[in-house]
Amino acid sequence: MMETPDKVISVKDLTKKFGDFAAVDHISFDVFKGEIFGFLGANGAGKTTAMRMLCGLSIPTSGTGYVAGCDIIKQSELIKRRIGYMSQKFSLYSSLTVNENIILFSTIYGMTKAEIKDASAKLYRELDMENMRDTLVKDIPVGWKQKLAFAVSTIHNPEIVFLDEPTGGVDPVTRRKFWELIYQASSRGMTIFVTTHYLDEAEYCNRISIMVDGKIKALGSPEELKKEYDGSSMDEVFRKVAETAVRDD
Amino acid sequence: MKTAVEIKDLTKRYGDLTALDSISLTVNEGELFGIIGPDGAGKSTLYQILATLLNPNAGSASIFGLDTVKDYRTLRRMIGYMPEKFSLYQDLTVQENLRFFASLFGVSVKDNFNLIAPVFGQLEKFPNRKAGALSGGMKQKLALSCALIHRPSILLLDEPTTGVDAVSRSEFWDILHSLKESRMTILVSTSYMDEATLCDRIAMIDKGHILKTGRPDDLISSIGKNLWQSSAKEMFALLEEYRKMPEVIDCYTFGAYLHIVADDNFNSRIVKDKLSQTFKDFELSKATGTIEDLFIKLSRENHNVL
Repeated sequence: MMETPDKVISVKDLTKKFGDFAAVDHISFDVFKGEIFGFLGANGAGKTTAMRMLCGLSIPTSGTGYVAGCDIIKQSELIKRRIGYMSQKFSLYSSLTVNENIILFSTIYGMTKAEIKDASAKLYRELDMENMRDTLVKDIPVGWKQKLAFAVSTIHNPEIVFLDEPTGGVDPVTRRKFWELIYQASSRGMTIFVTTHYLDEAEYCNRISIMVDGKIKALGSPEELKKEYDGSSMDEVFRKVAETAVRDD
Repeated sequence: MKTAVEIKDLTKRYGDLTALDSISLTVNEGELFGIIGPDGAGKSTLYQILATLLNPNAGSASIFGLDTVKDYRTLRRMIGYMPEKFSLYQDLTVQENLRFFASLFGVSVKDNFNLIAPVFGQLEKFPNRKAGALSGGMKQKLALSCALIHRPSILLLDEPTTGVDAVSRSEFWDILHSLKESRMTILVSTSYMDEATLCDRIAMIDKGHILKTGRPDDLISSIGKNLWQSSAKEMFALLEEYRKMPEVIDCYTFGAYLHIVADDNFNSRIVKDKLSQTFKDFELSKATGTIEDLFIKLSRENHNVL
C-alpha cells in the first residue's frame, strides 16, 4: 500500500520494453489528490503504453508504481475497480439505452444492486437526465453524451479518473462545458489524469508532463513550464519540448 | 479567377437526419480552402458527395464544371481524395501501396514523384514497412502521397490532422502550403479551429449548416470589439463572478485566460477596481478574438435557429 496518503499516483523508474525497444523508459512522477494532471506527448512518445500500465492493463518490465493505493504489478485487477476511465473513441455503447449503459458499467465496476440504485438516482438528478433514461445513447445530443460518459466513468466514485483524449472533435462550446465538469469533480477531491491534443486545454491543468521518446522531458505547472521554456503558450512549450524527439515512431 | 468547386443548395438526408441542409459554397482554383466544424457538422458527408461516392437528395455540386453525379467517371480521375479513416492497405508495404494507387490511375510512380517528394521524404527511410505498422503521422503522409500520385486537379482532404500531435500537425500544414505553391486546389476539413488561420478562406459549418464563409482575418474582425480576457488565481470562482454580471453576455475558459463577451455597459475600469479587491493576481485586458470565439458566438446566436 502507499506510504503517503495524498499521492494518488506514485511511479518510480517505470519501464516497458518490447524486445529491445523501450516504449517507456524509466519514468518517475507523483500525482496528488484533487489534482488535474495533463499527460502530454507526441504520437509514439509512449503515452498510451504508460497509461496502460497505470490502469493495470500492461505489466511493466521494471520499476514500481502505485495507483489509488494499489500496486500496479501485484494488484493489477483490483486497480480496475478503483479507477475510472473514459476516452473519446470509446466510452458508452451507442446501441444501448442510457439506463442500460449505467447498469452495465456499474456492474463491471463491481457495485452491488443497492449501490447501483443509489448511484444512478443521484446521476439522473445531478445531470437532470431522468427523461432520457430509456433513450438509446446514439440518439442523445453530443453535449449530453459527454456529460453522461463522464458520469458513468465515475459512477463508482473512484479516487482517480483517466481521461484519454476526452474532447477530440467536440465543438468548442461542449468542450468548455466538459472542462467545467472536470473542475467540479476535482474540487470535490477527485484526481484527474488527462491526455489531450488541444494545447489550450493543457493550460487548465494544475500540472503537466510532456513525454518525449519514452521519457518525461518536462514536468511542472503551465506557468513554470512557460518560464522554463520561454514560451508564451503551452502550444509553444510543447513544440519546443517535442521537437527534441529523435526516435522514428 | 476560375471556379474549382461550385456547391448549390446541396442537401443530404439519412432518414430523419439532415446531414447537409441546403448548403452553397464556391471554391476558387488554387485556393487552400478550409471546412471548419466539429464532429457531426456534415463535413464527411460533403466530402463523400464531392468525391462522387454519395449522391445528394437535392441541389448540386460540380468540380471544374463537371457534375458529381452525372460526370462521376471523368471526375474520379481528377480528384485526389483522402478520407477521414485510414484506407490504405495495411498489409501492403509503403512502396506497394504507392505503386498500387499509381497503377489504378495508369501512371508510374517515377513520372509524378517530384510532386510527392516533399511529402514522401520521411517515408523513404522505410519503403518495406507495412502501412499498418506506421505511426499516425506517417500514415497520413503515405495516404497523402497515394492521393497525389496521379497528379489530381484538386485535393479533397477530410480531417487529415485528427488525432495527430501538434508537431506533426504543423508539418502537415507546411506540406499543404508547399503544394499550394504548385497551384493545386486544396479543400481541407478540420475540427481544430486554430487551423482555420492557415487557410486562404474557410467555411464554418455546424449541424449541416454553413455558419459563415470568408477570409479568416475578416471573420475574426467580425467578432466585434467587446471581447476581453481576464485571469486570477481562482479561475473558476472568477468565471462564476463574470457570469453574474448583467453586462456580460458570455464568459468561457480560453487557455490560460477567461474570455468575456460584454455589451456596451461593460466598464473595464470599474470591473478592475471591484474584482482586484476580491481576486488574487487579477488581470483584465482587451482580447484578440480567434475563430473559436467566433464559433462560440455563432453557436450562441444560432442556438434557437439550428
